[in-house]
Amino acid sequence: MVCVGDRIDTDMQEGFLRGHGTQVLDGQLVATECGLVERVNKLVSVRPLRQRYSAALGDIVIGRVTEVAGKRWRLDIGARQEVSLQLSSVDLPGGAQRRRTAEDEIKMRTIFKEGDLLSAEVQSLHADGSIALHTRSAKYGKLTGGDLLYVPAALVKRQKHHFTNLTTMGITMILGCNGMVWLAPTHEGSSAAASSTSAPEQTAAKAPASAAEREAVSKAANAVRLLASLSMNISPASLLNVCKVCAERGVQAKDMLTASFIGAMLEEESQQRLQTSL
Amino acid sequence: MEFVTPEGLRRDGRRPKELRQLKCEVGVFPHADGSATFNIGNTQVIATVFGPRVADSRGESSTDRAIVKCAYSESHFAAGSRRQRKGRGDRRTAELASTVRKALEETILVELFPKAQIDLGIQVLQADGSVLAACINAAMLAVADAGIPMRDMIAATTVGYLESTPLLDINHTERTGNGPELLLALHVNQDKAIIITEEGAVNPETLEGMAELAEQGCKAVGKFLRQSLLEHIQRHATVRGLTVK
Repeated sequence: MVCVGDRIDTDMQEGFLRGHGTQVLDGQLVATECGLVERVNKLVSVRPLRQRYSAALGDIVIGRVTEVAGKRWRLDIGARQEVSLQLSSVDLPGGAQRRRTAEDEIKMRTIFKEGDLLSAEVQSLHADGSIALHTRSAKYGKLTGGDLLYVPAALVKRQKHHFTNLTTMGITMILGCNGMVWLAPTHEGSSAAASSTSAPEQTAAKAPASAAEREAVSKAANAVRLLASLSMNISPASLLNVCKVCAERGVQAKDMLTASFIGAMLEEESQQRLQTSL
Repeated sequence: MEFVTPEGLRRDGRRPKELRQLKCEVGVFPHADGSATFNIGNTQVIATVFGPRVADSRGESSTDRAIVKCAYSESHFAAGSRRQRKGRGDRRTAELASTVRKALEETILVELFPKAQIDLGIQVLQADGSVLAACINAAMLAVADAGIPMRDMIAATTVGYLESTPLLDINHTERTGNGPELLLALHVNQDKAIIITEEGAVNPETLEGMAELAEQGCKAVGKFLRQSLLEHIQRHATVRGLTVK
């Protein structure tokens, strides 16, 4: 554990490589961030516990369209740099594969317009630091009829599947690596969040969610909020764990963020950790 | 008014080289990238950081470094008498904001974030002397909380000079003595002065004494800030189940 300006011990090894969160001053490695020291062979870096999202290739993110510019959309995903989604990296309505014409450029707003929420994947990182996204798969696209939550990006670990069906709760969850979490009721037929680019009208016309579905979504949403407020990692497993404890104690969704349940959750967590450490 | 008794005690019972009680909390607002409160005696400041993010206007942004912006405001109830200020347009406010901005610009590794912008928000809740120093300390904590890389820890203190005694960390009552006042912001580990401002006439020898006392004060504050940050990390790392050696 180090704080800004602390010397990092590099005596055990000959030569070191300067990683993120460090700088070299008079031949000494000095931390520039507060966090935990990580050593991978010769590479020494400091990982802070909280930081704005920095994109990595292949990350699944959720973002909101802020601007429709020529041939691309600009998105807000809470990153450090500019984020763009090229017209050429989205699926056209009807799934047609062809060159994008000037006509498509004019009709860009019919695909995504300002304020729309999308799920997308990081396609490439340019040399100037800007991020390019793509939605060239049926599972990416516009998100409607669900709940969006903002959590610190550091709490979402990269995992095999960021799209999860929580079948026990009837919920589809998208864990954006940028710290945005999408929760929506699962609909028969469509595995991922109601896909989107091919039929935007269809999703809009969908019947409103039933009370049971809404309750399931709020329950999951409160579970995510609870985990975020305790700064615990957010994953399908940890979310289901909260819901399990919640069900065991017969706590309603609306009472999940009360001090008594948070206390109970902490107790449960410490019990589990004790058991695993034994 | 007598500011230092013959026994060498100040009006609030401190010794001339004594700081007031320090208190801080890191990560107070979940929706900011970084935030912190910093108290020194009755002076209380909240700082928030948003960024680095894409700069609002392309004209202001720079292609090789991030720009730092600082919004400073003092609550109407912060000082002893409730007074109406003109608000943000105030000259004093603008100067304080620019001093905090300069201190942080020197400290943050801005060249790592081209075309980006970092927004600092400073809110003074209680002003009881040494306000600017408290602002710099709070801003440093918030920036550290946001995980923005910095050259070094920064710590700031104020030293006054009354009745031929240099007084560390002067409060509002001592400011009414209208003596000279020195603000020092220091890169603690590198012993590098970042900001030195002085108000009021002093002779060089006195100034030297004041600067020396300010340096000691900065180091003490820096130690406290470092300790608080480490405690904050420790707490969060434990909750997340990360290994701490």
